[in-house]
Amino acid sequence: MLTLFLAKSKLNMQRLILSVYLICLSNALIAQSELEKLFQTQLIMAEDGSSVQFPEGKFYLSNTLWLDGKKNITLRGAGQGKTILSFINQKQGAEGIKVTNAQNIVIEQLTVEDAKGDLIKTQQVKGLVLRDVTAQWTGKPKPSNGSYALYPVQCSQVRIERCTAIGASDAGIYVGQSDSVWVTDCVAKWNVAGIEIENTTNAWVWKNKAFDNTGGILVFDLPDLPKKRGGHVKVYDNLVTRNNFRNFAPPGNIVGKVPPGTGVMILATNDVEVYNNKIWENKTASTAIVSYFIAETPIKDKDYNPYPSQIYIHDNLYSMGKRMPTWKSKLGFIFWWKFGKRVPHILYDGIQNPAWVDTDGELKQGYEICIQNNENGTFANIRADKLGLFKGKISKDRKPYDCKL
Amino acid sequence: MIASYKIGLAILLGGFLLVQGFLTGPEPAPKMQLSAYGFFQGPLADLKPAREVFPYEVNAPLFSDYAEKARFIYLPEGARLRYHPDGPFDFPDGAVIIKNFYYWKDVRQPEMGRKILETRLLLKENGAWKALEYLWNDSQTEAVLEVAGASFSHQWVDARGGGREITYIAPNLNQCKGCHSYDGAFVPIGVTARQLNRIEQGENQLLRWQREGRLQLPDGFAPEQAPRLADYRLAETELNAAARGYLDGNCAHCHNPHGPASTSGMFLEYNQTEPERIGIGKPPVAAGRGSGSRKYGIVPGKPQESILLFRMESDDPGIRMPELGRQLPHAEGIALIKNWIKNMR
Repeated sequence: MLTLFLAKSKLNMQRLILSVYLICLSNALIAQSELEKLFQTQLIMAEDGSSVQFPEGKFYLSNTLWLDGKKNITLRGAGQGKTILSFINQKQGAEGIKVTNAQNIVIEQLTVEDAKGDLIKTQQVKGLVLRDVTAQWTGKPKPSNGSYALYPVQCSQVRIERCTAIGASDAGIYVGQSDSVWVTDCVAKWNVAGIEIENTTNAWVWKNKAFDNTGGILVFDLPDLPKKRGGHVKVYDNLVTRNNFRNFAPPGNIVGKVPPGTGVMILATNDVEVYNNKIWENKTASTAIVSYFIAETPIKDKDYNPYPSQIYIHDNLYSMGKRMPTWKSKLGFIFWWKFGKRVPHILYDGIQNPAWVDTDGELKQGYEICIQNNENGTFANIRADKLGLFKGKISKDRKPYDCKL
Repeated sequence: MIASYKIGLAILLGGFLLVQGFLTGPEPAPKMQLSAYGFFQGPLADLKPAREVFPYEVNAPLFSDYAEKARFIYLPEGARLRYHPDGPFDFPDGAVIIKNFYYWKDVRQPEMGRKILETRLLLKENGAWKALEYLWNDSQTEAVLEVAGASFSHQWVDARGGGREITYIAPNLNQCKGCHSYDGAFVPIGVTARQLNRIEQGENQLLRWQREGRLQLPDGFAPEQAPRLADYRLAETELNAAARGYLDGNCAHCHNPHGPASTSGMFLEYNQTEPERIGIGKPPVAAGRGSGSRKYGIVPGKPQESILLFRMESDDPGIRMPELGRQLPHAEGIALIKNWIKNMR
């Protein structure tokens, strides 16, 4: 067979073979295991600069499809909902598609479903495009769903566009410990966190729709990670609505503490600008600015900064309607306890680094929190620092936060 | 139609291999059959090493679904390994690390024979490592190159006389790198001072290799002062040393600051001294349902509240650790780590 191939290895011959194989595919006569092997072989053998085409159809895979150490590779399906890679019968490997140690990788026009762990995980990739990809857990959202639908970690120059993420028991679109990230024109629904930017620098999140999640868009800096500081994040022109879904994260994870009804939450991150968003009908906290202390988990990382700073919330459109905030989380319970149906849209936990506060009790330059020009942007500082979570008076004085950045 | 597809598939696979062969240039093309390397003399399944091939043993082996491993190193004539105190030893170009995975038919009676399932090779070529995978035939006469991995059913009788069956999964070449990775480069794992510094047949393995001219040790090398993992399989090993040896051998190839699990911030090398780095009081980062509703990696005194143990006990692909190479829970390893956490203050 090899000699035959050698003798006639002209392009048209290759095309012929490919079409023979595609015809066979369309007739669904091929054992799934053979196909899986073919897909994986293509990923292993792919020459730098080439593309791997997945045909139309639904394919059941038992193991992670893994691309490693390649440059300038495109993985392309026949379209979302047309090429479906299902991992519902997965036997090994926690991920659906995994890309590691690579440069300039494009994954586009396909659907990935029901992996045991994450659907698409990319690690140590410089130059990544995820475009027109649907990544979902089918059926009702449940704790046994995997953690992340789209999961770039330790990557740079990441572009996620026109993607849909559904059903993640942690975050639908989760960018962790990365740099230079665009998330745009995406849809995230029925996840615990719709879009989460974590310990990531220079991320722009715009024109996305995050709805029916527990929390819409989260910007977090967490301790105990190799990449210590995130920041320089812009969240704008997004629609963040009805994120009132019950929190179905397995307990123990930080997102398990996000109260249902959270629109945008900024936790312990520096330099985050949230503007021109429509933040509607999130019943508990349309926008929350909090320190890591709110998670009530002891901090052992000596290099970790648990306080948010240089936060600028402006020109957003808020509406909430008259719904009670959740009481199914401690934070939500506090809001419910203190505000009833009249929860302010913008909440600040008020826990400040003493070294960042001047003699007047205001945050020094370089550490400000600024809130300006939001429509219906009612505000409260729950002063969790001095008063404990349940005691004492909240402050609605917005003057200390009336500034620009 | 089925036939034509199979022809198409064979041509396509063959084409890939061929193109790969052309483009690798000066590198020797992978041999299609294991026997072609000449690593073993006599019947292949006897694994009797040829002259430039020698066996090695490790202190704290990786658990691989109860598979036994026969490990060898091939060095080109006259070439030597160079000692390194921390990472893998330096290997000369042309060296090959050979690992054969087999099961006794009946663990209680090795004389009934064994079945070799796969042989994994790590080849050092032009200063870089690469992996190749060979699958054995049923008649145990040959093993054939396989790049995309495979899975098949295997049965054996375990140490208690119970019949066991698993769907054995041989890795594809990318999965090899899932563990064999240091800052993204392909590296060997077990050929380190801490794993190889042990007595074999009455003599320290490293000193013997030096005597045989296979290894260059630093002047004044003293095995008792060199790094050494405890052998967790021995009953007399002290509990903490056994546990740290086990975690190093089974987890630290990924869970170190330069490995694939660097994202987790949980580092399990034997010499890691920061308590939160090995998981004590450390909340999970991206564990998802792998946390099993537990709050910390390790809760001293409380194995049932420790995520580490939860993931060791699981056989769910989305939860279990290690992610690759293990399907069955390792009862002995679980007992060890449980005991270690229980006695931790």
